[in-house]
Amino acid sequence: MTKGLIFDIKKYAIHDGPGIRTTVFLKGCPLRCWWCHNPEGQSPQKELFYNAEKCLAGCTDCIAACPNQAITRDSTGISIDKSKCRMKEDCAGACPTGALKVIGQEISADELMKEIEKDRIFYQNSSGGVTFSGGEPLMQINFLDAVLEKCKSQYLHTVVDTCGYAPFEDFEKIMDKVDLFLYDLKTMDEEEHLKSTGVSNQLVLDNLKKLGKSAREIHVRIPLIPGFNDSLENAQKTAQFIRNIPGINRINLLPYHRAGTQKYLNLKRTPKDISPLSEDKIKRLQKIYETYDFSVKIGG
Amino acid sequence: MNSRIKKLRDQSINTKPFISIERAHLLTKFYKSSESKKVSNPVKRALAFKYIMENKSICINEGELIVGERGPSPRATPTYPEINTHSLKDLDILNSREKTAYSVSSEIKEAYKNDIIPFWRGQSIRDRIFDEVSDEWKDAYEAGIFTEFMEQRAPGHTVLDNKIYKKGFMDFKEDIRNSMDSLDFLNDPEAYQKKQELKAMDIAADAIMILAKRYSEKAAELAEKETNKKRKQELRKISETCARVPARAPRSFWEALQHYWFVHLGVITELNGWDSFNPGRLDQHLYPFYKQQLDEGSLTKQNAAELLEAFWIKFNNQPAPPKVGVTAEESGTYTDFALINIGGVKTDGTDGVNELSYLILDVIKEMRILQPSSMVQISKKGPDSFLESALKIIKTGFGQPSIFNTDAIIQELLRQGKSIEDARDGGASGCVETGAFGKENYTLTGYFNMPKVLEITLHNGYDPRTQKKIGLETGDPTEFSDFQDLVDAFRKQLNHFIDIKIEGNNIIERLYSEYIPAPFLSILTSDCIQNGKDYHEGGARYNTTYIQGVGLGTMTDCFTSIKYNVFDKKTITMKKLLQALDTNFKGEENLRQRLIHKTPKYGNDDDYADDNLKTIFDIYYEAVNGRPNTKGGKYRINLLPTTVHIYFGRVTGATPNGRKASVPLSEGISPTQGADTQGPTAVLKSASKIDHLKTGGTLLNQKFNPQLFDDEGISKLVKLIRSYFSMDAHHVQINVVSADTLRKAQKNPEEYKNLIVRVAGYSDYFCDLNKDLQNEIISRTEHREI
Ligand code: SF4
Ligand code: SF4
Repeated sequence: MTKGLIFDIKKYAIHDGPGIRTTVFLKGCPLRCWWCHNPEGQSPQKELFYNAEKCLAGCTDCIAACPNQAITRDSTGISIDKSKCRMKEDCAGACPTGALKVIGQEISADELMKEIEKDRIFYQNSSGGVTFSGGEPLMQINFLDAVLEKCKSQYLHTVVDTCGYAPFEDFEKIMDKVDLFLYDLKTMDEEEHLKSTGVSNQLVLDNLKKLGKSAREIHVRIPLIPGFNDSLENAQKTAQFIRNIPGINRINLLPYHRAGTQKYLNLKRTPKDISPLSEDKIKRLQKIYETYDFSVKIGG
Repeated sequence: MNSRIKKLRDQSINTKPFISIERAHLLTKFYKSSESKKVSNPVKRALAFKYIMENKSICINEGELIVGERGPSPRATPTYPEINTHSLKDLDILNSREKTAYSVSSEIKEAYKNDIIPFWRGQSIRDRIFDEVSDEWKDAYEAGIFTEFMEQRAPGHTVLDNKIYKKGFMDFKEDIRNSMDSLDFLNDPEAYQKKQELKAMDIAADAIMILAKRYSEKAAELAEKETNKKRKQELRKISETCARVPARAPRSFWEALQHYWFVHLGVITELNGWDSFNPGRLDQHLYPFYKQQLDEGSLTKQNAAELLEAFWIKFNNQPAPPKVGVTAEESGTYTDFALINIGGVKTDGTDGVNELSYLILDVIKEMRILQPSSMVQISKKGPDSFLESALKIIKTGFGQPSIFNTDAIIQELLRQGKSIEDARDGGASGCVETGAFGKENYTLTGYFNMPKVLEITLHNGYDPRTQKKIGLETGDPTEFSDFQDLVDAFRKQLNHFIDIKIEGNNIIERLYSEYIPAPFLSILTSDCIQNGKDYHEGGARYNTTYIQGVGLGTMTDCFTSIKYNVFDKKTITMKKLLQALDTNFKGEENLRQRLIHKTPKYGNDDDYADDNLKTIFDIYYEAVNGRPNTKGGKYRINLLPTTVHIYFGRVTGATPNGRKASVPLSEGISPTQGADTQGPTAVLKSASKIDHLKTGGTLLNQKFNPQLFDDEGISKLVKLIRSYFSMDAHHVQINVVSADTLRKAQKNPEEYKNLIVRVAGYSDYFCDLNKDLQNEIISRTEHREI
């Protein structure tokens, strides 16, 4: 039985598809968007996450628990020597406050289903269901497929939130078990895409064209990142591209926000700090999409 | 809100509550008279009531449409020395305390010193209670195992049904006469007592009509002098209305409101019953008048709204009677817990939501005052739009209305043996208490501190704070071989204290029945007239006594922590844990953090923790439910704390869930503050694992960010609440305010004078709350935007 690696399960998710939903975040992503607000979802491996604010003064529990002497402590908190760390997780288990924790939980499809089914009554009353997000859920295609299969046998409404960067066979494999795709489009400019996400947008665009022919429902989601894809020109191009794909009438614009900043610090990574877009700019971009007859929503 | 209402509202909000001596003075004068010595207790009470109604001051405020004040003018509050006699120190505290003070003039203090205190000392119910109860009871009371409601105020929590909209007091007098005529002195050994009680009711009926007549005369007199033509007309109308009601049944919307208001004044003047009094299902009662007059064209929607607003202000003009003793020092609220019910179902079971339900919601939104409080009854048959409208008011951050599940309320009442019609006509009052309106004496007798019982259990019967052995020796916990041993010990200990509480209650209930009959309230409560019995004597159709369990969330986390850490994972020994508790975790912060962060908690839809919730609920339920009270009815449980979880926290030492000594307990059935980390669906799932239908009310508090209240957010909240209710839950209240705002308010109270928050089963001005309570509201989990 394949196990999956997930990094969060969020209940009462109300911006990830219709109704009240549970969103499962699968770990691992082929892209490296610098604005990502779930940086802990990028690596397909488990990681240690350290929140210095929660760390107890004078505590050495993690240091004592580590069999590899990988941890040291100074006045600013602990540091972990990655070359010594074998990811045995003893340290996180010993941490009394949760300041040090492991991101990434191995879970079987059955265990995950148990968690998903807990909120069935809310899905039922709100025409909601379950959403798979990430990271990139298609990176764990076999696990995803297995869980979707189970969801469908339980008559749950399913949503997959994807960056589109996966072999099209993978989409084909799950297509008839997915009620709605939330499909992210970053920019039409291939070079910019490559520069900011680490991959070309060619596969993403091709997949969307193909998916448009056969998927049940697709909503396109466009993050609005200052200085990256917020030009009016890019909005025009994107709108023209989507217009030619059948079946897409809804677009969500997701303005950049700083919510992820702390997470970068906890992963000992450096966040890029930029200011969010102005209300006015967001409105203008929204207008463009609306002139192409899309129903546009700000936010999820 | 038009300018008339605005003026009256301003007057109500800006007048500082003050103590009026009038009632205490008249009452004492009557009790001293020779007439009072000649008659039976019920008749004495009725004559005293009549004497007050004959002599109290009459007050018609400028621009008023609905008239009648309990005191000489708005915001006056009388005292009830026959229940609890304020000492001079109490009066000083009331006058000077920082929050919710009541002005007390020096004349009042003089009168108390020379007249009131000397007469009532030793005779008040409170003094009698402390004379009569056992030492065991007093020890437990002082340790903070339970509180006692009836030492401060008379049994109350009751609500009216629709009988007064069909009958006036002339009609009630006829019912009383019929009941008297059918007394059987030959075969009924109680016939004499019944006659006394019926006589008392008859006098009480006269008393209220006398008060109305005096209002009618006063209005006529003012009309005579009035130069403004429009006002002259209104005063005449007021005079006519008071000549009609409450003697005879009302014929119009206006008369109906005035009729109720006289009844209300009667009830809250006769006694200081808990939770004042309450018209109950107001939209149901008034709808026939509204509909008929609207159809005839003799009333417009605007007229109706204005009258309702005028009516609302009357409630706000009557601040809660202040308490005595320690309670006066630490707890204060002007709120008197009149909880108006809107929505629900009709007697025949069909959907009860009507146009008036929505109009009343508009009034609540317009008025934004503390009193009366309001709630919506949501039945599965009712429209989503009704709940949506309610949520739109809640969104404005004012804490009203709270949300109740009609279908659960009905099943709770049916389980207790009420008829289906009486159940459908019922609702919730006070904070969340279920009742068969107009037909039930349901008395809350005190809060019960479950975590404190655990503390005593963990000390084998000894209370570390009062340093007394007050419980049973249920065994040395370090010798418990498994978790079940602890559960059994806790059960024994809890039953022991419940027994003590019930023994005390049984004395106190009799004291009220003997010394403080309530003939006026008895007229209004079916079937006191037919039974010829007082409200306090079991005259009502249904008689229920409650003990309110407190700290269920804390208690669950304590059980879970011991089971998980001591017995299952064995990360710590019982001995070590007890040592840490006794030192209040001194030098054991790592352990404490593990207990908080690395131990399963209630509120996360995790059966490991929630199974303990069920165990504790069952223990409490078995200990209380079904025991007989002294009024021919039974004991039941409900789970609500109002604000007592703060006091109970203060008297409870450190607990195995990592809570330090003195910190507030969890409130209602809400999870421990901050322990729920999985969002609202998990909390609701966890909370629904107890059997709400076996209670007479549970209280769940959920705090939401304002951002969750856009249109789409509201429609999802509707589904969230409906889901909770489809799991048979009783109630949820939603506080919409960001923690940031509250912190700002705490720093700059001046700028946030109007900030009303939901405290427990009621709302209050945030700035009027004491600091502990403010902090506790700030720390309640805030479900952040997703
Ligand atoms: S994961 Fe293992 S090796 Fe790495 S720091 Fe923690 S305990 Fe040490
Ligand atoms: S165990 Fe946790 S709290 Fe203690 S030093 Fe390590 S990270 Fe900090």
